[in-house]
Formats: sequence, structure tokens, C-alpha cells
Amino acid sequence: MHALRAEGADADYAWHGDDDLGGADAVVLPGGFAHGDYLRTGAIARFSPVMDAVRALADTAKPVLGICNGFQILAEAHLVPGALIKNSGLRFLCVWTEITVEDTDTIATRACAPGQRLRIPINHYEGNYRVNGEPRVVFRYVDNPNGALHSIAGVSNEAGNVVGLMPHPERASEDLLGSSDGRVILSSLVESCRVLSARA
Amino acid sequence: MTDTVPLYAALGLTSDEFARITTTLGREPSHTELAMFSVMWSEHCSYKSSRTHLKGLPTEAPWVVLGPGEGAGVIEVAPGVMVAFKMESHNHPSAVEPFQGAATGVGGIVRDILSLGARPIAVLDPLRFGPLTDDRNRFLFDGVVRGIASYGNSLGLPTVGGEAVFDAAYSGNPLVNAMCVGVFEDPEVLHGRPRGPGDLAVLVGSKTGRDGIGGASILASQEFEEGAENKRPSVQVGDPFTEKLLIEACLELKRAGLLTGMQDLGAAGITCALSETAASGGVGVDGDLDAVALREADMEPWEICMSESQERMLACVAPDRIDRVIETCAKWGLDARVVARYTAGGRLVLTAHGDEVSDVPAQALADGPLYERPMIPADRTKLYALDPVDLRWPSPEEILMRLLASPSIASKEWVWRQYDHMVRLNTLVVPGADAAVLRVPESRRGEPGQPGIALATDGPGRIGSLDPYVGGALAVCESARNVACLGARPLAITDCLNFGSPEKPEVMADFAACIRGIRDACVAFGIPVTGGNVSFYNESPTGAIHPTAIVGMLGVINDAYAHRPVVARDGDVIVLLGETRPELGGSEALAVIHDTVAGRAPSLDLEREVEVVAFLASGVGGFAHDLSDGGLAVALAEMCIASGLGAEVELPPGADPLWGLFGESTARAIVTCRPDEAQRVPGVVIGRLRGSSLNVRGVFDIPVDDLARVYREAIPSLMER
Repeated sequence: MHALRAEGADADYAWHGDDDLGGADAVVLPGGFAHGDYLRTGAIARFSPVMDAVRALADTAKPVLGICNGFQILAEAHLVPGALIKNSGLRFLCVWTEITVEDTDTIATRACAPGQRLRIPINHYEGNYRVNGEPRVVFRYVDNPNGALHSIAGVSNEAGNVVGLMPHPERASEDLLGSSDGRVILSSLVESCRVLSARA
Repeated sequence: MTDTVPLYAALGLTSDEFARITTTLGREPSHTELAMFSVMWSEHCSYKSSRTHLKGLPTEAPWVVLGPGEGAGVIEVAPGVMVAFKMESHNHPSAVEPFQGAATGVGGIVRDILSLGARPIAVLDPLRFGPLTDDRNRFLFDGVVRGIASYGNSLGLPTVGGEAVFDAAYSGNPLVNAMCVGVFEDPEVLHGRPRGPGDLAVLVGSKTGRDGIGGASILASQEFEEGAENKRPSVQVGDPFTEKLLIEACLELKRAGLLTGMQDLGAAGITCALSETAASGGVGVDGDLDAVALREADMEPWEICMSESQERMLACVAPDRIDRVIETCAKWGLDARVVARYTAGGRLVLTAHGDEVSDVPAQALADGPLYERPMIPADRTKLYALDPVDLRWPSPEEILMRLLASPSIASKEWVWRQYDHMVRLNTLVVPGADAAVLRVPESRRGEPGQPGIALATDGPGRIGSLDPYVGGALAVCESARNVACLGARPLAITDCLNFGSPEKPEVMADFAACIRGIRDACVAFGIPVTGGNVSFYNESPTGAIHPTAIVGMLGVINDAYAHRPVVARDGDVIVLLGETRPELGGSEALAVIHDTVAGRAPSLDLEREVEVVAFLASGVGGFAHDLSDGGLAVALAEMCIASGLGAEVELPPGADPLWGLFGESTARAIVTCRPDEAQRVPGVVIGRLRGSSLNVRGVFDIPVDDLARVYREAIPSLMER
């Protein structure tokens, strides 16, 4: 919330039990442990009433960004392809990673340069990406921390308006926290909203 | 438990205590009453052996908002910024079931902070285990770390610090202490009491089950014997998602002004929460056990009273606000049931199925017995007879490499990378440094000059085993040096005192000496003890643990962003503060090389400690690192590893390579600075950062890469094989 507002977004929380997003231009599914993730990560959260509204937003080509648990929920909801399983080391990992931008034509990377390297931390137990077929890869790890297939750190749907990634851009939004490389992802999202509303 | 043992004895009460209960009531207690007294009068809940000694600790300072006696201490760290903090033990449950034991230890201390109405913002976990060469110890270490990670990460609370120390004295009885820190989002501190008669007691959160029945009295108030795994049903099971809901719901209730008081449910469950809130409010309470939401319908009244089911809070609510309380809790998906009403007169009356099952004075439950246990100082003559300098020692290079490979010294990154130490985005200095630094409060995030707090824990058990007075004092001094190394000024401590059986006069004498040490050090620094915990009966068939006082230090930095750096700069000079003496007694080197804990504890100089800490807190110079386990050599190696730089160093003036490098004289630190700043640092320049190896002139020259490899791989190589 703080990091999005810093990029100029008029951001607010949506309640999981509501089935509309109050006319939002975009939605971010943040990290966390929805419903404790006692079952498969995101497996219960995907049934939250608010996910109907998220799906409706995604269907109208509006930006949807899932970070960490948010990515896991998007994958469970089949809004992005693939699944996130336990890290290959079978431990939770809270470490800094370097990722590369593989696709600049998405709502989360429009302000990035092709191949741009970003220093952003990961914080998860289930970030080992698996997929059948060829997804649109948005981010890859430089040094694969969790066993993800083809070092994939983030993917999007075919249209490029729904993006999920395991690293936390909001945790890399101030130099004082170790990096501000994540801001370009959040500012891409905000910029995408501006472009879309200008078109409308 | 056999038929010949009276019920009171099976519940851990003595015949004298039983007689006192009978006298208080004027009759024999019912089963439910007996169960309630047994948990409330257990060592864990009543502090019956320790209270008389704890009285000697200083508790006051102008910045203390709330001292000991409630959920946690509260300190005003900057104008209008109030921080709550406290440390507790979960040793016994963790020894039986490491994952859930450690997880619920985090959950319990978080609710202590929440009970005051503060938002929990960070956790620290000081841990002690036996050597990792043993399978059981590896299992315990792995399970405890996973348990803390599972609960803290899921809760969205960063685990920002703690310790992991390995010593044979903790084989069979690990120590799992947990500290939580919270910040108030408004100026109101809630108390654990109703406003008066008529207020309702509302149980919020998880349903009550049979888990953890008698955890406090059965687990934490007895020694471990063979077959401890049979006590596994006494360990509670954690549900961090419900705890997260509980945090948000309780803070929302408080913001809306719907509470008159709040108390967490931990040891002794409903019994403790009802009797303590009533006693503290000077009132009585009428409770209906049928109103308690149960997991299993057929629970007996005594089971409901003793259950230590997790993730429950007791809210004190005025009757006209109860509907809004229930509504708010429902929004968060939580049960909120009125289970009792506070009454005039001071009696705690409970009914179940229409029958009265208890009618006792609330105060009598809350005021346990008080014991002046006999004390006989242990005879340590034999331990003192050893002079470590007389032993045969390998080369200083070999000693250093073996120390860096010792799990107590080696990098703990394997541990803290499993903890989310960043969530909430307040952590400016992450684990791995002398202390963690967080910016507070969250409402002022990013503001220039935002205040910061520095947090560290320390508890030199080996030193405590040689001299418990010095051990207690050093726990304060070392944690003060730790926060000061980040430029923070120590403000207050919480402590967790881990000892063997109080029924042993030697243990009690150690306990009393340790508290005197803590007291004298706190007085020297001018800081109070605002809360803590005593954990007795830390014994296994192989004997008692080291007397281990663990201190959690809260320091303040006026400007969070102006903390001392966490790495040294190339070209800076290295200044050694403090006096280096031939003191290897109780050192890590003696433990690692000779597998011995003996000799004289290092001498204590509290005046010098205060001077060193005051200088470090001033922020003059650059990187700073305190000297403790492993002495100067390990401190230099850690500095080189953290910064990736080499150093050229001379031994301190007049020092022998052995004790000069590995002795653990107190009140010392290294500070690095630009050469022209050196005269402002009150110490001796011993070297400079340059090159890529740690070169102690005439002693050794070791590439930093080699130091780093050993230091970083030690724990993973033991745990990931």
C-alpha cells in the first residue's frame, strides 16, 4: 500500500468477502499467508468472493499483479499458467535475488528495459515454479534459489495484463531497505493504469 | 500416576499447599478448584520460588510507561512513541515437540504484547541446544527453527534476531526463549482488568480443546525424566492464521474504544485469565463454563479451566458494547462469547451444566505461595583450579579456524534465512549484525529523522556456570554493547532466567547471584528491567543446564537512518576499546579446543562497560563490533567476512597470541574509522583494513575467503547432510 502510493497510485484495501473492487483500475494481490495456507498455497483464497471481481477485471484487460502469495493465488485461479510447489531445498527462504526482465510488454514491466537486472528479495516456501507448455516468462532468476523450472520467477497470461511473480518488489522500494529496484515494477503498473484510462 | 498418590500431589501441589487451600476455602476443594489451584500455584504461573529474588531488580526510569506485572513492559522510546517488549521461555514444550513447542512459544509472547493493545512488530528468538553432532540435537534445532519460521512468517511478523548457542549442557533440555516487540498505534495502554463489577468477560478466538492441558504445571514445573515423549499431548498446537485474525480484531476493538481491559490466555488458560483480571480489578467474577466454545463437547469442567488451547484472548467489555464487540469479531471470522461477568465481592464462581463447580477468592488463586528456598553456593573450587594457559594449544591459526567452524560462532544465516526478517518493511538492519535496527512507528515510515530501536539478546551460559553473578551482569553488558554497536542507547531490558530445579540449594544460590549480577549491571547503566520470565526445572537425566540468564535489550536511536554501518570500509583504521587480559576461563576457545568449561570467569568492570557503551552509542567513528565469544580473533574475522576486506593487525600491547587473540576479557569492542578520526576513539589503534587476508603480524595470515567459507558452511554442512 505504502509502496504503491509512493508511485502515485490512489490505493486502498479490498475486503476478501466483497465481490466488487469499487471501480478500481487495477488490483494487486499482495504476499502473505491467506487462510494460513494450511492446504496448498492459495487453494482456499482462490474461492474468496473478491476473486470473482479480480477475474472480471482480468477479463476486461485491466492490470492484475500477484506478488508471492498473490502469484500462488493467481496460479490456483488459473489466471496465470503453472503452479508453485515447495522449494527444492524444502525450506522457507528469505534471501535477496537478482532477476532479469524477460518481457517488457506486460503491465508490470512496461517501464523496464529488456534484460534489465533487478535486485529484489524472495520470501517463500512454495516458489518452485512448474508448468506444462510455454508460458509468457516475465522474470527469471539469475541464480535459481528454489528449483523453479527454467529459473522462472514471474509469468503473465497470454494478454500480458495478469502478472504473477514470487519476488517482492515492494520490499525493494527504498535504498534504505537494500534496494529500490522493485519500484520500476510498481511504477509500470501505475503507468499501465494511466495508459489504459487515457485510451478509454 | 498411581492410586496411592493423592490427587493434589499428582497435580504437583505439596501437602502444605493443599493444607493452605483447605484453610483458605474452609473446606476441601472440588476437583475443578484443585485443578485451578494446581496450575495457578505452579512454579511457572506463581513464581513462588523466584518472586522474593526478583524484587531486587530495578524497575523504574523516567521513560518507563509500564513496569513488570502485566503482559509486558512499555517504554517511551521517543516523544509519543511507546514500545512494548517482553521475553518468555518455551523450553519444556520444545524439548518434547520442537516444532509446535517453538511455534506456540512465538504465539504466546505475541499475545502478551497484544494484550496491552500494542501492535506486534518483531520477534527475536534466543536458542540453546546440545552439540549438533548428535542426531537428537539436530532434530530439535531443525524443528525449533521450522516452528518459529512457520508461525512468525505466517503471522507476518519479522523475526529479526536472537541467538543459537550449542553446548553439551543443553543436551536433553534445549532453551527456546522468545521475545516480542510491539508499538502502540495510539496513546492508550490497556490493562488486564475490567473497569469494575458489571463488565463482561468475553473469550475471543479459537475454541477451547483438550490440547495443552496442564502444560504449565506438568511440563514447565518438573524436571524431565525418561519417557518425556509421553508428555507430548501436553504440548499445544499453533494456528498462526487465527492469531493473525486475533491481532487485527483486538486492535480494531481497541481503536473503536470497545474494551475496558484485555488479557491473553496462555499458561493455565481460562483459570488464569479470569482470576488475574478479577484480582487485578479488585472484583470477583461469575463464569459459565457452558458458554465456552468447545472443540470437543464432552470436556469436563476442570479440563475447560486448565486447557491451554492457543490463539485465545479475554476481553473485558462494558455491557452496552457487547454487540459491537461480537460484530467486530465476526467480521474477522472469530468466535466471541461472553463467558463471565465481573462482580463485587472478590469470589471466582464457576458453573457448569447448572452446577457450581468452583467458588474461591480470585485473589487466592492469583497470589500463589511464596518460598524462601534454601541456598547453598555450589563448590566450584575444582573448576577454578584449571588455568587454561597451562594447557597444550594448537597454533592460533588452527584455533581460529576451528572456532569459526564451531556452530555457536559460525554464521547463523542458515537459521535466519528461514525466518521472514523483512516483512512490514521496518527492518533497517537485518540479522547477522550485533543488533537489529527497526524504524518506528509505522505511521511515520520514511519520515526524515524517524526514531529507531535496536534489539539484541544475549546470555553467556558458560560464564554463568563458572560465576552466575558475572553471567547475569555480562548478559546485560553484552546486550548493551550489541545495541550500542549500531549506535543505539540502551533503555531497558526484559529477561528470561533459565535454571535447574529451585528445590536444589545450589541452583537457588546461582539464581540469586545471577539476579544480583543483572541488578548491578542495570543500576550501572541506569536502565530498568520491565518484565520477563523465570524458567526453572531445566534438567534432564544428564543434569542441569548452565545457569542461563538471557537478556533482551531495547535501545533507541534518535534517527533510525543514522545507525552505525554494518560493514567496515577499506583503508579505515581499527581501534580496540577496553583492556585485554590473560582471561581464557569459560572461553569458547577452551570449549572448542579442549571440550572444557572451566577456569575463572573473566573479570567484570561495570564502570568500564558503561564507558564503552556510552562511546559506542555516540556514533563516533564507523563500523563497531563487540568482543565476546572467541575474543579479538573472532571479532576481526567477522569484521573481515562481513565487509569482504582484509586487515593487517598487531596484537594488543603486551598480549600473548593465545590470550590476546582468544581471551574473552569483558568491556571490549572494535571500532573502525578514518585515520584522522582515530584520536576521537578512546582506544588503541591495532591495525587497518586493507588487502584480502586477515594478517595478525607474526602470528598468521589467512585469506578472508577461507575464513568466510568455514564460517558460512559450518551449520549448513551439519544440517543439510
